[in-house]
Amino acid sequence: MKRMEAIALAAETAQAQGALLISNIGFPSRELYAARDRPENFYMLGSMGLASSIGLGLALGLPCRRVIVLDGDGSVLMNLGTLATIAHYAPENYLLVILDNCCYGSTGSQPTCTHLGTDLAAIALAAGVKNVENVDNAQDLTRALIGRGVVVVKVEPGNANVPVIDLSSEEIIERFMRSARPTPSS
Amino acid sequence: MGMHKSREAATKFFALQGDRQAMNPSLTIYRGLKHAGIDFVISVPCVNLQKLLDLVGKDPEIIHVPVTREEEGAGLCAGAWMAGRRSALLMQNSGLGNSINALASLDILYGIPLLMIISHRGGAGEPIVGQVPMGRLTAPLLDAMEIPHFSPTCDEAEDKVNDAWSLAAAGRKPVAVLLDLDFWRGA
Repeated sequence: MKRMEAIALAAETAQAQGALLISNIGFPSRELYAARDRPENFYMLGSMGLASSIGLGLALGLPCRRVIVLDGDGSVLMNLGTLATIAHYAPENYLLVILDNCCYGSTGSQPTCTHLGTDLAAIALAAGVKNVENVDNAQDLTRALIGRGVVVVKVEPGNANVPVIDLSSEEIIERFMRSARPTPSS
Repeated sequence: MGMHKSREAATKFFALQGDRQAMNPSLTIYRGLKHAGIDFVISVPCVNLQKLLDLVGKDPEIIHVPVTREEEGAGLCAGAWMAGRRSALLMQNSGLGNSINALASLDILYGIPLLMIISHRGGAGEPIVGQVPMGRLTAPLLDAMEIPHFSPTCDEAEDKVNDAWSLAAAGRKPVAVLLDLDFWRGA
């Protein structure tokens, strides 16, 4: 499965579920923007490694909203502690989707350690995450997107030919927050 | 959100504690957090933060999430703020170094307020040599990032914590309260 296909499927499911969707830095966010832009998408333009943490903060802060995070193998390897924190808090409304293409796809496809066999699903399980799935096709991913916890999706390396996101960071966050909750605070 | 409830609980709490502990450094910071309406706290511990972490952990109005690394905490705080919470990151100044990219390319880029309560190690009287380099670099790093920071005395701290959150919320940016060894001695 191409990553863009997995992202499009996740975006379709998120829309059907009314879920908030947090997407990882680089091409994954661009692919999501091209596949299905919604105000409920938070395109993380910087802070590599933190998509799962931003999503966890949202899920804990807004227990009534479902939150799906689209992360990558390189990014999760950069913030492995996140799996332990997710395991400990395990909000019901939270699903971390790790799109594992075994490389740093946005920087020239340099191999990550998952290319050498590092198993992120096994790490998530060992960290204490109870609901962990491994999928590699659209049918299984569709089923897994209903669940919670962590799902690792094996995808092919390579980026879709999609443009950069032509929204400012202000636009991204303002429309995201308006859609996430009715009235802003602070 | 939860402002009135927080104020009520804080008032009740202070009445119970009385004035005899007014100079307790941990309690002073806790009061400041309550007055600011902070209801989501992320922490990585420092020995100087242990009593404050106990107070925060026992407060049913505060969601307290200990994390593995301060940068991860910055991510959680950002998400919680987008969820409508008032978030604070409690950490040692070593953790500031672990969080620089998140502060810049998440909080500053998107205009996300963040209150950082930082145990500022590495200054006068520091017994651990490993704390000294980041101790010296903490204020210059914050200055370079144009992150406002305050180093209040124990007397000033409650108001300063509240002011720091107000500044963070109004300016949509991170703000730091630095608490050095003298502060924790109640000076």
